[in-house]
This record gives sequence, C-alpha cells and structure tokens, in this order.
Amino acid sequence: MSASVLYDAPGPITRRRSRVTSIIGTVVILAILAWFIYTIAAPRTLANGATVVGLLDASRFDILSDPQLWQAVGRGLVQTLKMAAVGGALALVIGVLFSFGRTARSAAVRVPTAVVLEFLRGMPVLLMMLFILLVFATGSYWAGVVALAVYNGALIGEILRAGIQSLPRGQREAGLAIGLTPVHTRMIIEFPQAFRQMLPILVAQLVVLLKDTSLAYIVGYPELLRTVTNLGNFYGSRYTFTLFFIAFVIYLTMNLLLSWFARRLARRSGGRAAALARMPGAGMGTGAPGGGA
Amino acid sequence: MDAVIDSLPTYLKGFVGTLELLAISGVGALILGTIVAGLRISPIASLRTFAAVYTEVLRNIPLLLVLFFCGVVLPYLKVPLDYFPLALIGLTLYTSPFVAEAVRSGVNGVPVGQAEAARSIGLRFGQTLSLIVMPQAIRMVIPPLINVIIALAKNTSVAGGFFVYELFKAANDITNLRGDAVIVLLLGIAVLYLVITVPLGLIAGAVERRVAVLR
Repeated sequence: MSASVLYDAPGPITRRRSRVTSIIGTVVILAILAWFIYTIAAPRTLANGATVVGLLDASRFDILSDPQLWQAVGRGLVQTLKMAAVGGALALVIGVLFSFGRTARSAAVRVPTAVVLEFLRGMPVLLMMLFILLVFATGSYWAGVVALAVYNGALIGEILRAGIQSLPRGQREAGLAIGLTPVHTRMIIEFPQAFRQMLPILVAQLVVLLKDTSLAYIVGYPELLRTVTNLGNFYGSRYTFTLFFIAFVIYLTMNLLLSWFARRLARRSGGRAAALARMPGAGMGTGAPGGGA
Repeated sequence: MDAVIDSLPTYLKGFVGTLELLAISGVGALILGTIVAGLRISPIASLRTFAAVYTEVLRNIPLLLVLFFCGVVLPYLKVPLDYFPLALIGLTLYTSPFVAEAVRSGVNGVPVGQAEAARSIGLRFGQTLSLIVMPQAIRMVIPPLINVIIALAKNTSVAGGFFVYELFKAANDITNLRGDAVIVLLLGIAVLYLVITVPLGLIAGAVERRVAVLR
C-alpha cells in the first residue's frame, strides 16, 4: 500500500517540511551511532578499580595478522558448514518422508504423523540435541546433525505439504487418469512442482538451519562459535570482542548470500513462491504447531 | 516416574524462568519491533535505511552470537553484568526484526483499493488509517506475530546455555542428578515446552481461519 493514497499530493510547504524532517532523522541516527561507537570505544573501569581499554582499541585487533588464528577460524567454519550440509541434506530427506506421511490416504498413517510433527515443531532444537546426546550417546556432532535434521525436516515436511496442496487438483487427477499409481503420481507429477514452487522458502529454512548449527556450541561441538570462544581463552579475554566480531562477519556473509540466493530463486519462479518468500515468519524457523499452513 | 516427581520443584523453577523470559522479552520485542516497522515504512529515507540494515543484520546472525555480543558490549553501556537482564535484552533484540517484518507485511498486505475507497468517500488521513487500514492490518498481523512468539518461546532455551535458569538449564541439572531416568525427565521438559507452544499455535491457526473467511 503506497502512502500517497492516504493523503493529497504534497504541496511546496509539505515538501519542504518533509525534507527538513528527513535531514533531522539522518542527524539523529548518526548522533545515536556516534554516541554508541564513542561509548564502546571509551575505556571502562571495572568494579575492582582496574581500567580496561575501549572495545575499538588497536591493541584488541593485533591478532588479526596471526595466520594461526585464521587457520583455527577456518577449521571452525568447515565444521559449521559440514554440520549444516549433512543436517540440511538429511532434513530434506526427512521432510519428504514427513510430507508423504502427512498426506497419506490412510488415517492410520496420517494421524500419527501429524502428532509426531506437532511434537517436533513445538520443541526447541537445543532440547533435542541434549536428548540425542544423553539418550543415544552419539557424541556432539551427531547429536547436532540429527536434531537439526529432525527439527528442520518436520518444518520442511509442512512446507512441502503446503506446496503439494497448492497445486491444481487436475495435476493429480491427470496422473491417475493416465494409469500411474498414486505413489508414482506423487513422485513424478506432484513433487517436482511442489518442490520448485517452495524452493525459496526451503532455502530460507536452510538459513535457519545454518544459524542453528551454532546451538551445537552448547552440547560441545567445535563449530565456528565454539572455536571462536576457545580462541578467546587462548589469546586472552582482551580479544573476545574481536573474535566475536570475526564470527559475526562470517555468519552475516554466509546468511546474506543464502538469502540473496533465495530471493533470486523467488524472482525466477515468481508468483506465489515469491509472495511466500516474503512471508514474515521465513527465517526465524517459526514452525508453529497447530498453525495451519 | 518417581524421578519426575522428585524433580518437580526443579521443573517448576525452570518453567517459571522460561515464562519470565518469554513474557518480558516478548513484550519488549513487540514494542521494539513495531517501532522498527514504523521506521521501515516511514516516508523518511534515512530512517527506512536504518531500519532495513537493523533488520537484515539481526535476522542473519545466530541468537547465541547476539547473546555473546550483549555480554561483551552492554557492560560498556553501563548495563550491569547479570545474565538474566542480558539474556532479556539479547532475546528482545533478536526477536524484534521478526516482529517488524510481520507488522510491515501486515500493513502492506491491506489492498490499496481499501485506502482508495476510504479516501474517495471523503475520509481524512486519520480516519482512513484508524477506521479502514489498521483494523484490517492488525487482524492480518496477529497470526504471524503469534508464530514469532512461539519461535521466541523455543529460543528462550538458548538463554539456558547462557547461564540463565530456565527449562533447558533445568533439563541439564535434573539429568545430571538422575542419569537413570533421562528419557522420562527430558520428555517432561518437552511437555512443558509444548504446554506453551501448542495452545499458541492453535490460537494462531484459529485466527488465521477467521481472517480467511473475512477475505
């Protein structure tokens, strides 16, 4: 909805006023940013009277030239990507299975699947990681991978189901009419279309998965964030901020690239998928149990 | 089963912690998110840009990293270094862009024709907004907002890894004490999360269906 519908075309006075407010807005934002940077750059006095240098002090950044630091960060990044890749691939497989179960004709399959899906979607990934770690004693890597795969698989299952349901009925009927079995129809007629239509949302879900690999930190897997905090212990707390900043830049770059990719896909496949990709929930993993998709 | 009964006080303490985190940071995120959404659709370009950058940055980094940054940066802003308020601020900051996007898409989702119709029967700017646009926008915003709150409920568990006492921390503690009944104890924790998320999801679904009838 464009704002111009709401009021008449602005005259010269209104235009001048809006120019002035625009300038004031810019100044206010710059002032807030300047205050923020100034405050974190200023030295801080601790409770015991000692003073620590500001967060932007040069002495905090001299490790950036240490190649060993970058090697360690690279190793952490590889571990994160490995977990995201394996977890993502498994999540897609599990999602396909769930979407089958959820749309099965027999209620004996459909109802239990629905219950399991609700259960999985209503629970934190972190709790699942802990559960798998303690109950199956798998080690932190598989605990993280399986929890991410199952949780995101449940969400992807619902996404695919929504995709299948959004297809015209004629697609399925045509498949059955030419003598394909229901499973065959699903596999070669409905799925390819549903998958393509939902691709942008699936990619958005993979962004969530990539972000959630950081939760494996808590169960002790040496992914990027764990690596960075370990490095903080190694180099000393002076460098904590610097190291977090490195992690920040890496995560931001990876996810913005993926999101950009999702938007490009949305533009290419157009229509409904594009509208859904702009859905507000996309990106937070808002798998709402009970919320009809 | 006796393990669950023995751990009831811990369950309760954790559940209260989770509810506190959810309630306070939920309200905070709703307020902050609405402000950011307002900036995002404001006619002033600099405010729009600021809100867009804020949204994109916070949406694309992990919650745990947001919490870590809060732990490092906020003491410089004279926030006392206590994990509970830090976690509240972190959760609020992390959730606010999702709220902002939900609100923004709700307002944008009202068809232009509605505002045009209101204008053409002679309603003024304030009347158009308060009588025509906002009532429809709010209704469309509520289901996605509830979904954001559900995600927040699940995200509070991350604060448990950040030394705040809530359900996930409680899960850690009781499974350390009673290693013999891990499955039952963790299912108990899971049920408590579901007690929060499932009803919210049902409300979201019901509201969504009602809105669908209206259109």
